[in-house]
Amino acid sequence: MAGLNKTTLLDWYRQMVLIRRFEEKCAELYQQGKIGGFLHLYIGQEATGVGSVAALRPQDHAITAYRDHGLALARGLDPKAIMAEMLGKRTGVSGGKGGSMHLASRELNFWGGYGIVGGHLPLAAGIALKAKYNEEDEVVLCYMGDGATNIGYFHESLNLSAVWDLPVIWLVENNGYGMGTAVDRASGQVELHKRAVGYGMKDGGRVDGMDVIAVYEAISDAARYASKNGPVLMESMTYRFQGHSMGDPERYRSKEEVQRYAAGDPIGKFRQTLVEKYKDVAGELDKIEDAVVATVAEAVEYAENSPAPTYEDLVAHVYAD
Amino acid sequence: MPVMTLIEAVTQAMDEELARDPRVFIVGEDVGARGGVFRATMGLHAKYGSERVVDSPLAELSIVAIGIGAALADLRPICEIQFADFIHPAFNQIVNEAAKMYYRSGEQWNVPMVIRAPYGGGISGALYHSQSVEAFFTHVPGLKVVIPSTPQDAKGLLKSAVRDPNPVLFFEPKKGYRAIKGDVPEGEYTIPIGPARVARSGRDLSVFAYGMMAHYTTIAAEKVAREDGIDAEVIDLRTLLPVDKGAILESVKKTGKALVVHEDTFTMGYGAEVAAIIADEGFNYMDAPVKRLAGPDVPAMPYSHSMQEFFMPNPDKIAAAIRDLAAY
Repeated sequence: MAGLNKTTLLDWYRQMVLIRRFEEKCAELYQQGKIGGFLHLYIGQEATGVGSVAALRPQDHAITAYRDHGLALARGLDPKAIMAEMLGKRTGVSGGKGGSMHLASRELNFWGGYGIVGGHLPLAAGIALKAKYNEEDEVVLCYMGDGATNIGYFHESLNLSAVWDLPVIWLVENNGYGMGTAVDRASGQVELHKRAVGYGMKDGGRVDGMDVIAVYEAISDAARYASKNGPVLMESMTYRFQGHSMGDPERYRSKEEVQRYAAGDPIGKFRQTLVEKYKDVAGELDKIEDAVVATVAEAVEYAENSPAPTYEDLVAHVYAD
Repeated sequence: MPVMTLIEAVTQAMDEELARDPRVFIVGEDVGARGGVFRATMGLHAKYGSERVVDSPLAELSIVAIGIGAALADLRPICEIQFADFIHPAFNQIVNEAAKMYYRSGEQWNVPMVIRAPYGGGISGALYHSQSVEAFFTHVPGLKVVIPSTPQDAKGLLKSAVRDPNPVLFFEPKKGYRAIKGDVPEGEYTIPIGPARVARSGRDLSVFAYGMMAHYTTIAAEKVAREDGIDAEVIDLRTLLPVDKGAILESVKKTGKALVVHEDTFTMGYGAEVAAIIADEGFNYMDAPVKRLAGPDVPAMPYSHSMQEFFMPNPDKIAAAIRDLAAY
């Protein structure tokens, strides 16, 4: 925890609670039919998202797949604009065109959620090529689920990044399941980070993805390495407490398994760490939680009061001028 | 004006754009010291170095995707796919990422990139080195699709493609790389993406074509003028998407008859859209049904010379189709 002050740690706590409360609200709105389509919750993986984004500098880049709300919030996208996007409103992050899976902010170098598994990996390599081409000190943190490691994009992208020494951290958020398929049913090598060897890149190992400080430290190390030397492949061992998406019957895992992981809730664990480290912090943490609840309520109010897109919005912005 | 081949015009366009804008770079298989499979990038590696004329692994999806990522980050990639037939592994990247990015990001990102690929048959390349793939992509709003038929257009349109803020697929008729020669203006010029070109003005009927078939159609039109006194108008569409409806309708308004020629297969080919535009908006001008001359509906152009000749439209076949339509 060297160099991490109380303000920073409390802000991480705030972000983790924000993701949790924001998504709980999303689930509620989904059940009310206000959010449509497919909703993939990040609940349970907050420590991985918050710890890893905290390790990035403003000039660094983050890009991920469709389970993107947590990372978007951690990177600093406005909860109001995200919620408006969830509700398909004109004031949403992408004006209601993208929805839940395609949150992005150019200003914050958050290059988005992507709806096609693995499709964003070679784009991450392209963004990293830009940094190298312009000789800029920037790192690209590319998140993917464990399921994405078996599609062809993974192979081409990792090889290319190694051949060209691109500054990319390939971070597998290993939550145990690609939709409903357990890692050992989909991958010959179940320790996914070990594939680094085959590509001739640094094996960044595994980190406890339920421990925000451990994730922060591991990604910080990887970022330092990547900016000087080239790509790193690593795994954050995490777990999603909810189904793959809303309405997942979860026949592929037992209730006992979910309960076992829930006992190691990253937010509860982090709260415990903070309470042990700082005397009398409990009151401050409670206040943070109250403030987060208010932020989420404001976001919902903003989204619900925002206008729906028009026909003109539908046909606009097919081509850039 | 200097005369050059179509491929020399392509090379010159890239050379000038590399010199003009440091953000422009080329990436593809063996585009570096080797100069590309057809030598389109010949000399550029020596002039601009390995950082700007970049050899990639043999991996088409990542050639395109690395270009998309770099374009999002404000570089100006020119991605070379060795043969249009090899573009299919990158289909998802082109259709799902490049074409949709500006639209789905709420205008935050656009994708200023060019994907160049030689297309078409007639070189005994067999099934996987002869394909015409344009119709897959002309169905995708958000993309631009350009196919030149002359060196002058190849150079001017490619320069425009590099400067375009959108993803442009630039298909080059490889049979014409060295077979098509023509005048190219000296000095800096561009040709806008969008407008079709009247390759030959005529009053009896209109023939719409692009790429190698536009070249052949011009030859066929001269032949029927000479031998039969038929005055055919030839419209080189050259930009397939966005489609230049105005040019199509203006021509049939004058002639009342239309033939569309492409070497891509017949059913659901680009000619179907041209015919539909005329049926929809030019019906009252027409004195004859819209005719199409295209490749047969077989999976791909086979190797054997005889079958290749059956497959490909050529000046004689086009001349025959013109005569039939003129006689209607």
